Amino acid sequence: MTTTVGTSHLDHCPTYGALSARELAAVRADFPLLERTVRQGRPLVYLDSAATSQKPTAVLDAEQDFYERRNAAVHRGAHQLAEEATEAFEGARAEVARFVGADVGEIVWTSGATAAINLVAYALSNATLGRGGAVAQRFALAPGDEIVITEAEHHANIVPWQELAARTGATVTYLPVDDEGRIDTSVVDRVITERARVVAFTHASNVTGAITDVAPIVRRAREVGALTVLDACQSVPHLPVDLHELGVDFAAFSGHKMMGPTGVGVLYGRRELLEALPPVTTGGSMIEVVTMTESTYMAPPQRFEAGTQMVAQAVALGAAAQYLGELGMDAIAAHEREMAAELLKIADLPGIRVVGPTDPENRLAVVSFVVEGVHAHDVGQILDDAGIAVRVGHHCAQPLHRRFGIVSTARASAAVYTSAQDVAAFRESLAGVRTFFGVND
Amino acid sequence: MSSLEQMYQQVILDHAKVLHGKGLVEPADGHVVGESHQVNTTCGDDVTLRVEIDESDPENPVVARLSWEGQGCSISQASISVLHDLVAGESVDAGERAGEVFRELMSSRGKGLDDDSEDLLGDATAFTGVSLYPARIKCALLGWAALRDSLVTSGVLTNKEQA
Ligand SMILES: Cc1ncc(COP(=O)(O)O)c(C=O)c1O
Repeated sequence: MTTTVGTSHLDHCPTYGALSARELAAVRADFPLLERTVRQGRPLVYLDSAATSQKPTAVLDAEQDFYERRNAAVHRGAHQLAEEATEAFEGARAEVARFVGADVGEIVWTSGATAAINLVAYALSNATLGRGGAVAQRFALAPGDEIVITEAEHHANIVPWQELAARTGATVTYLPVDDEGRIDTSVVDRVITERARVVAFTHASNVTGAITDVAPIVRRAREVGALTVLDACQSVPHLPVDLHELGVDFAAFSGHKMMGPTGVGVLYGRRELLEALPPVTTGGSMIEVVTMTESTYMAPPQRFEAGTQMVAQAVALGAAAQYLGELGMDAIAAHEREMAAELLKIADLPGIRVVGPTDPENRLAVVSFVVEGVHAHDVGQILDDAGIAVRVGHHCAQPLHRRFGIVSTARASAAVYTSAQDVAAFRESLAGVRTFFGVND
Repeated sequence: MSSLEQMYQQVILDHAKVLHGKGLVEPADGHVVGESHQVNTTCGDDVTLRVEIDESDPENPVVARLSWEGQGCSISQASISVLHDLVAGESVDAGERAGEVFRELMSSRGKGLDDDSEDLLGDATAFTGVSLYPARIKCALLGWAALRDSLVTSGVLTNKEQA
């Protein structure tokens, strides 16, 4: 670990104040990429952490160290290296489980959140086909059943459900969002009907930054016996998340958004459910006995981890969880709340409209906006020229954009390494955009 | 000139403000019509482009009219506007040729093309700076992809030409 500011910081600040300038400088020093320049020598201002985060040295080292000293096939092989590799791999699972308030057997490695959500959808599909035997029949879907999603979802939490509906005859319905982009939980009793079998919703929007009030959705889903699937992609990297406390049945998140590597992510499933669920991807490493006609499957999580796993990436994701844990998720959230407030000041610039809550409470430092008269791509280009990296487009959330009558937005998003100077540079550059395109009023 | 100024040439900014050929026009009787809808998947921008082909000289079909509807960034919009000026009223062959040369320009990485090619493109050479930005090349090519496809749907391009 290269940084220990988290714990000492928390000792001194029981109310979880944000990072001091010194602490922030120490955090930034953990991220080598932040030192580089872009576009003819400009210092990089990275405001695209909601798309993917940068990686601290602790994570880079963990992956390199695994390959340099412990690389071997896990869960097999009677040699010392294999033992050490397995220990690192399973140790990372335990680390990640602790980090999100889950039991170790409830953490399934996947290639990312998208794969995790698809895993659930296909497992339900397989159960519908009769796979998994009698215990899996509780997951079977039938025509007339409903899969409830929300208008705030990333395509990764929409399309797999549309596909599942098409395969099973179920219908997709959705919870609407209000004018601030918050999922409207006042209508849960009406929208989540007795026919609902699955309720899939985001914990925090990657467009509006709005944090979902999970409790009323879980309450209603339980009332009607529907499974809950939480897209925790944006929450796990930025907020303290306790999955047991949230009480959801499944959750998905990606390593690369939480300072870990690409190619690894997590499906969380309540133990009892994972035990009853049939596998999706099948092959080696997930079976007990294979004959020429049939096979039996291992207990979860291995049942869902066919084939050689992304071992080095999982190990590095464990290091990422440890890094975040040491900084302290409360401290991270407090710092990012300050960054959200800084980012939201753009709402005061002429011709800028924020899409999402304009109050920094109950939202992430993810701020999408429209510049009146200038297309998001053109906004991004001007910012890029000043070394400022933002994302432009629909951010894989076309229905949400349609809800606001727009096709695309520009989005600035922060992480624990984002500084007020970063955001100030962004605001200054943004203030010049309308002049550049001659659309000043 | 900064690379930003190279990209947003005055010609482009002007076209982006006053778009030529925008607004789909009902085809005239007797014209063969081709139409194409193209989407830029990164941002959701789209264009519907319609060509009306006058085949009264079967040896030399002409793009009698070109109109379009759509939404997008200044680069994609200006590019379609410039395309309109280059192709409307010209022969199908000339339109095809312009498309080919424009695609070449977009893969020139900011270097531009030889004088003959640039003469052929006229205002469209202003997009040279765009070819420095891989992410924006798609924007500049959106309308040209629609032109290509609409000529195919109109049936004036033979299979050989499509290949
Ligand atoms: C809210 C949300 N859900 C799902 C995803 C998909 O994650 P991945 O592409 O890592 O599978 C993302 C990432 O863009 C996201 O922000």
